[in-house]
Amino acid sequence: MRNIKADLIIDAVSKLFKEANYSLGDDVLAALKKARHEEESPAGREALDAIIENASIAADEKIPLCQDCGTAVVFLEIGQQVHIEGGDLYTAINEGVRRAYEEGYLRKSMVDHPFTDRKNTGDNTPAVIHADIVPGDKLKITVLPKGGGAENMAKLGMLLPASGKKGVIDFVVNAANEAWSNPCPPVIVGVGIGGTAEKAMAMAKHALVRKVGQKSPDKENAGLEKEILQKVNNLGIGPMGYGGRITALAVHVESFPAHITALPVAVNLQCHSARHREVVI
Amino acid sequence: MAKKIKLPLTEEIIKSFKSGDNLLLSGVLYVARDAAHRRMTESLDKGESLPFDIKGQTLYYMGPSPAPPGRVIGSAGPTTSARMDAYAPRLLAAGLKGMIGKGVRSLEVREALKRYKAVYLAAVGGAGALISKTIIKSEVVAYPDLGPEAVLQLEVKDFPATVINDIYGGDLYVEGKKKYKIT
Repeated sequence: MRNIKADLIIDAVSKLFKEANYSLGDDVLAALKKARHEEESPAGREALDAIIENASIAADEKIPLCQDCGTAVVFLEIGQQVHIEGGDLYTAINEGVRRAYEEGYLRKSMVDHPFTDRKNTGDNTPAVIHADIVPGDKLKITVLPKGGGAENMAKLGMLLPASGKKGVIDFVVNAANEAWSNPCPPVIVGVGIGGTAEKAMAMAKHALVRKVGQKSPDKENAGLEKEILQKVNNLGIGPMGYGGRITALAVHVESFPAHITALPVAVNLQCHSARHREVVI
Repeated sequence: MAKKIKLPLTEEIIKSFKSGDNLLLSGVLYVARDAAHRRMTESLDKGESLPFDIKGQTLYYMGPSPAPPGRVIGSAGPTTSARMDAYAPRLLAAGLKGMIGKGVRSLEVREALKRYKAVYLAAVGGAGALISKTIIKSEVVAYPDLGPEAVLQLEVKDFPATVINDIYGGDLYVEGKKKYKIT
């Protein structure tokens, strides 16, 4: 058994959300610069120049990359030998979110009841938390402030198994095509295939915290990523939808076994402001 | 090469815009998003006047992050315009001449742009830090009770925008995609 103090978790979550909102990861910046190099469309290149310059201003001046500082999505990998002391885990995470958004001048975008009053909760809580129990005595926290424009373009398809690989590819490419300029391309396309409806969507979201362009360790998934990326970039949507070659920076696929009757496919798009941070305690 | 444009937009300026043009805007912009749009159209439906004169003005769809000490405004990039589609034709009929946001507009809005000789511009989504540096003044001018969704009046200098929909039916989103699509 290893004890981890709740206060430590509060501090970690607060720090991660501030950092994620102010500065892009090196992998994201490198992918954007590569896109700028490869983009043929003048309007697309100008949009990428603005995006790259924006990242530098935000990091230097410690202001949010985007005014939409997102829903506070948190992935936890909790070692089964970990014991949290001095408070409960979810309360600590929400306290970390509260502090980050208040102290960090981040925009609070959460409303309490989704289809009635829609009153702002005032501190960007509650976080959306996905927790996994894993072997060991460590706690891994990954934060993903997820902007609304891209999240609203998510799609779930319960395909017929006979649709096969082609059905999966068509569904994902069509989702990117329909999203068009709305999710702030160039996007990262998160894809979850298999499991159940909610498992597929959780995988599609989790796929977004992988380093940009890192291949899936599964050979079939890696092949699919390459094929879908080509097709999405052939759509011509381009940076910010101004037309161009680079509509997506990467496609990340996760998969899971499925029921004999089912082929769930979920798509979760990440805008170019791919903000996430992680820490292992 | 970006064209330097002084706000408010005049008929002459609007006629000169073609989809794909890059602009640097200077002058006054009004900020409104969903809740303010709902309220403005409700006022118009009741025959009441709007809290500011919308004739000839340009609206920016934006909800900034809080201003840290010493700054005029926080991060201040565009939000998705589609959420304002239901209200936009009504405001265009009332004299609105320009809208700035991001993402495609509905057919109704695009038709209204042609009818009322108005334009739709885009700012780069997710470039809120960069855009904030072009905002030199920001104040609440209507609906303060809406908090972060109150109507703001901004003074901007060289605010970067791109013409998406001109008055001739040009649409950069459609044209750009068509040009670079590989089948």
